[in-house]
Amino acid sequence: MRSSSARTWQTVVLALIIIGLIALALGGYLSPVTRVVMAPVISAQTWLSTRYITIQNYFRSPQDLVRLRQRNLELEAENARLETQIIELEQQLSETRILSALVDFARVHPQNRYVAASVIGRDPSPFVKYVIINRGSDDGLRRGMPVVTSQGLVGRVAAVTAGAGRVELITDPASSINVRLEPSGAQAVLLGSITGELALDFIPQSVSVQAGDLVLTSGLGGNYPGNILIGQITNVRRRETDLFQSATVQPVVDFSRLEILLIITNFQPVDISPLIPTPGAP
Amino acid sequence: MTTLLAFPILITLLIVQTAILSNITLLHGTTDVVFLAIIAWTIQRRVDTGWVWGIIGGLLVGYVSAVPIPVYLFAYLGSVGVALLLRQRIWNVPFLAMLIVTFTGTILLQGSTLIALRIANTPLALEDTINLIALPGLVLNLILALPFFLIFGDLAKWLYPEPLEI
Repeated sequence: MRSSSARTWQTVVLALIIIGLIALALGGYLSPVTRVVMAPVISAQTWLSTRYITIQNYFRSPQDLVRLRQRNLELEAENARLETQIIELEQQLSETRILSALVDFARVHPQNRYVAASVIGRDPSPFVKYVIINRGSDDGLRRGMPVVTSQGLVGRVAAVTAGAGRVELITDPASSINVRLEPSGAQAVLLGSITGELALDFIPQSVSVQAGDLVLTSGLGGNYPGNILIGQITNVRRRETDLFQSATVQPVVDFSRLEILLIITNFQPVDISPLIPTPGAP
Repeated sequence: MTTLLAFPILITLLIVQTAILSNITLLHGTTDVVFLAIIAWTIQRRVDTGWVWGIIGGLLVGYVSAVPIPVYLFAYLGSVGVALLLRQRIWNVPFLAMLIVTFTGTILLQGSTLIALRIANTPLALEDTINLIALPGLVLNLILALPFFLIFGDLAKWLYPEPLEI
């Protein structure tokens, strides 16, 4: 009986102590004690957890590596595809801009009919300045037709096959074009050269020519239609002892970056060679 | 077989020449890979189709170029002749022969082009032509002579295997 009563009291005291400790803990009075007691436990827990995760990663990593490599390959392929798409779109944008400029040019000159062609190559010989285009006689091209861009004159069709053509640039050393200078209105001859530079010759001494004057086709000789812009005079050479003045010309067309050209198909060049007197002819 | 092979090889090289290499200039000079292919092929021992390659190459390039066809035919066949001559003379140093043929062949090609254009009344300043086109073109051809010699050497070994000595 007595022992039973003592055990009851012990239980009550223990319960009161536990309740008191819980109350103290909830009140925050046991925090320093908790910190001291829990610190080694937390350290041990951290150590063990870190080792476990390391070991777990060690066993799982091969699978992840394969998966990551696979994913990396997929992303690289996707990246390459998108980069290709960007290049294609930039190319399309560039072509659209050129075509837009050419359409504007065609609107300004409604009297002409045009066929657009892409430049697909250059003459294999460095001695001549010709480009190869992807349009030929099947597209209505004929020898002698003038070729322009939205900036100005490029040259003329020198030879055609069914599906391709060869264009003689105005910078070719054999090229000579009758031109008119603005604002003076003087006539001159534009000559190409092996360096691709353009020179003006046979400018009358009586005419005042200055740097900045415009050079346009005159239409004389029948090889080109008139009033197509060629370039601007950059330098004039005038000597009293010479019969004519000469000048250098900066073309408006960048001949190193020809991409799309317009061929004027309704212009028929006139062959005036039979009218030129030859020595010994009656 | 090796005659027919000339068509795909030379046509491919001509396309590369007109589409890409004619835009890559040293001053105003360019290389001529069709010419290099013909002489690199001809200079190889046991190759007996050099003349045919020269004719095919001359006709192809002459057809595409504004320079008259006979110029290329003459220059390429002349170079093949020089290559065959040197192949017999300098048979143990074939790369030296390749360099000599590249040098003489390029001079022959550029000289004949210059003469043909002068006959056609194309005004060409001789000094500019030599300094800006001929010499840079010669340098480019000499630079590319080695890779062409090696590539066509391998091709010749593949098509003309050494006879086995028993």
